[in-house]
Amino acid sequence: MDKVLAILIANIITNNYILFKFMGLCPFLGVSKQTKPAISMGLAVIFVLLISGIMTWIIYAYVILPFHIEYMRTVVFILIIASSVQFIEMMILKVSPVLYKALGIYLPLITTNCIVLGVTVINTEDFFAAGKPIAWSFAYSVLQVFAAGLGFMLVLLLMSGIRERLALTDTPESLDGLPIAFIVASIMGLAFMGLLGIK
Amino acid sequence: MKKLWREFIKGIWTENPIFFIVLGLCPTLAVSTSVNNAVGMGVAVIFVLVCSNVIISMMRNIIPDKIRIPCYIVVIASFVGIVEMAMKAYAPALDKALGVYVPLIVVNCIILGRAEAFASKNPVIASLIDGLGMGVGFFLALFVISAVREVLGSGKFAGFAIPVTFEPAAILVLAPGALLVLGLLMGGIRWIKSLRS
Repeated sequence: MDKVLAILIANIITNNYILFKFMGLCPFLGVSKQTKPAISMGLAVIFVLLISGIMTWIIYAYVILPFHIEYMRTVVFILIIASSVQFIEMMILKVSPVLYKALGIYLPLITTNCIVLGVTVINTEDFFAAGKPIAWSFAYSVLQVFAAGLGFMLVLLLMSGIRERLALTDTPESLDGLPIAFIVASIMGLAFMGLLGIK
Repeated sequence: MKKLWREFIKGIWTENPIFFIVLGLCPTLAVSTSVNNAVGMGVAVIFVLVCSNVIISMMRNIIPDKIRIPCYIVVIASFVGIVEMAMKAYAPALDKALGVYVPLIVVNCIILGRAEAFASKNPVIASLIDGLGMGVGFFLALFVISAVREVLGSGKFAGFAIPVTFEPAAILVLAPGALLVLGLLMGGIRWIKSLRS
């Protein structure tokens, strides 16, 4: 139970993937201008993360490790991720064309969202020891990808709220747009660091 | 010749991948805590970028248009695999310091971006020069960010202590410092550019 809570808090707040590991910065800056696309982007990322988290765990545990082809990890993982993104893209197009239009270019770009490859690779390092999955490895991996997705969505939402206000303020010309967004994100990171003491 | 020179120079200043196109941020920010890590990451990215640009440009007429992105990614991932293995064998300390960010070179948007925007449309030599220019531009940007962070944040340069008269601001080596330094540097560069025109 302790470990479940530790994984949740670390991935959502104190070790947030955007603010502290800088994974997923491109969609973070690209879709955080308004709240609505930010929510749909967050949901899409959580979905992709869950599917690819499950798939990569299965392939890693039952194909890559038994055959000792650990050096193929990166290639195999990125292929799994690319195909699950393709799958979700087709599904969203079918279910909700409006949402598809709102997500636009950022949907295929989830493939190159570092957070997906990053969390799945970190899973193989955290929950496998000596070439074998540790106890409850699968459950922990799924929990970790889910928590990472939630953390991503939380920061994306907060940032989109701030940026909606920021668009109306009078910033110095050379800091306008992206630079000020980085500075705001940095202050947000500082605030999140304040929660590091949670045990 | 002049055209090739222009391809090279554009990656370094006018189309610098980090400061102007704003691509490939996650390794930039994460490994720029020290100059040594930044140089290691920069060299790895230059290697992958040049090799994948050359290979993709060679195959640009064979790859079917519809599945080009997975094809590019496989080419890039194979070169990243080479880098991973070489780094584990010859520079284990660096491999440990860069950690998960080495496999993450695969999803560095600069590399896929150049494959899509340049190598898939241009001949081999031009693609090679383009890859080299963009790689060097990335390297230099990474170097500047890491130098600022290491000197101001821990009072060292490339691991050697330098005589500083101020108290190093530890915040700059922590994660939020990376975003702060990048934001201010970007603002500063834009300011210089606006002065010129």
